[in-house]
Amino acid sequence: MKLGFLVDLNLCMGCKGCEVACKVENKVPLHSWRLRVKYVDVGVYPETKRTYTPLRCNHCENAPCERICPVSALHYLENGIVNIDKDRCIGCAGCMMACPYGAIYMDPETNTADKCTYCAHRVASGMMPACVVACPVEANIFGDLDDPTSHISRYIMAHQKDGGVKVRKPEKNTHPKHFYVGGGEVQLNPLAAKREEGYNLFNKITHLDHIGGH
Amino acid sequence: MDTISATNAIVTLDVPIPEVIWGWMITLNMWAKSIGTGVVLVGAYLLARYKDKVGDSLKIAIPVISFIFLNIFLLFTLLDLHQPLRMWHIFAYPHWTSAITVGAWMATLFTGIIFLLLIIAIRKVAISHKESVPKLCQKLAKVEFLDDELYSKLLKVAVVLAIPVTLYTATIMGEATARELWQTPTELVQMLLAALLAGSAVLLIVGNGWSYEVKKDLAIILGVSAFFSFIIYMGEYFFGHMKAEEVAATLKAVQEGGAYHYLFWVGQWIAFIIPMVLVYFSLKSKSSSLLNLASALAIIGLFLTKHVWLIIPQLIPLS
Repeated sequence: MKLGFLVDLNLCMGCKGCEVACKVENKVPLHSWRLRVKYVDVGVYPETKRTYTPLRCNHCENAPCERICPVSALHYLENGIVNIDKDRCIGCAGCMMACPYGAIYMDPETNTADKCTYCAHRVASGMMPACVVACPVEANIFGDLDDPTSHISRYIMAHQKDGGVKVRKPEKNTHPKHFYVGGGEVQLNPLAAKREEGYNLFNKITHLDHIGGH
Repeated sequence: MDTISATNAIVTLDVPIPEVIWGWMITLNMWAKSIGTGVVLVGAYLLARYKDKVGDSLKIAIPVISFIFLNIFLLFTLLDLHQPLRMWHIFAYPHWTSAITVGAWMATLFTGIIFLLLIIAIRKVAISHKESVPKLCQKLAKVEFLDDELYSKLLKVAVVLAIPVTLYTATIMGEATARELWQTPTELVQMLLAALLAGSAVLLIVGNGWSYEVKKDLAIILGVSAFFSFIIYMGEYFFGHMKAEEVAATLKAVQEGGAYHYLFWVGQWIAFIIPMVLVYFSLKSKSSSLLNLASALAIIGLFLTKHVWLIIPQLIPLS
């Protein structure tokens, strides 16, 4: 079994239901996110369009975070999920430096690294991740990539023509198990969009201080 | 970058992870490690070549300086952890694909060997100043196996270990896949050059009373290390953009101005360019004071160059 995720960006309407569901399910502290939806505005007024891209851990097959973790706090589960053992983490932040997707954060309450685990605890009980359940348009698709009859496998099959299924930063050789349909450079490449102060819906964001370190 | 003009894409909502994750403590860590290992590498060379001229003073200076700076390096490695009390996990649950793990084990072993060298050095002092040293040192003087022969054997092991200890941070940087600017092969060379630069600079200051012949060798090591370090940084600065989009974005941010632009160039001048010039003139004039100035600048400048290189790739958004 190799669990994977796919988001159909053609369906996503940026409601952030997945983000909130994730926060609640995993008790993610203030200022931290395991999953967040990035908005990118494209075009010149009045011909503008807002795009929405949910971003979470890519559960890479060749995960740089797992490789650099000095104590195996980050480890693979048999189903392919890259899980984290917070009791073992020493808070060196090596994983944060290694993850090309900026998907790992330092939990300000426990002072340990944390990230999306595809809701491994729910999956172990046969449930879907919280974000999948919360999505009102079923843009989040989760399942077994090894099973050709699974919903995700069939979805990938149906959309792979003409490069319709993409991953973020394929050049990093991480082999992400998180796919996007309907995504282009603007959504998936962080350097393909400007970031200007004053253009963000939330400006001057402050962060909580960590206890010790950095 | 061209796509930005075509699409006029602007990020209007994103809450990225805080930018700088590894800050000045990691810079201090790398800088202190360069001195702690460099003194051993360069010092061992001097002992092999000029044993009669540098004598016992260098045998004492090597472990004293190395031990102090290795402890600064270890202290700030520990302080930088968000869970410093769990440091023991590295030894209890080692993960050998991680350069952090391999480095921590090697650095611990290396520090242990330097500590033994320090004990032997203290014993040497205790023997020569029998009456004026504390009782513990007087007892140490009676431990006969802590002699010069053991020192020589341990120093050989220390030299061999100093190389991977000084280099492993380059592998950590290589494993930091998100920071495209750092590539292991280049960083390995930079780390080794930094150790040679720092080691020769510190020994030039410490060995002020040594003969000019010894200082000349140290000056050449300092000048050559500075030259090659500078060449590599310039190679990265001007040609790095050809490697990858992220490297181009990182370097563009530095080249276009701002605090890190100035800090980068101040570092290059202080660490490499001015010391190279001073070494050249000191070799002409046999001036020790020029060498002392070159050494002090190189040590300060090394911190700045390492800091800029550590921070700049962390300023690029990942998502």
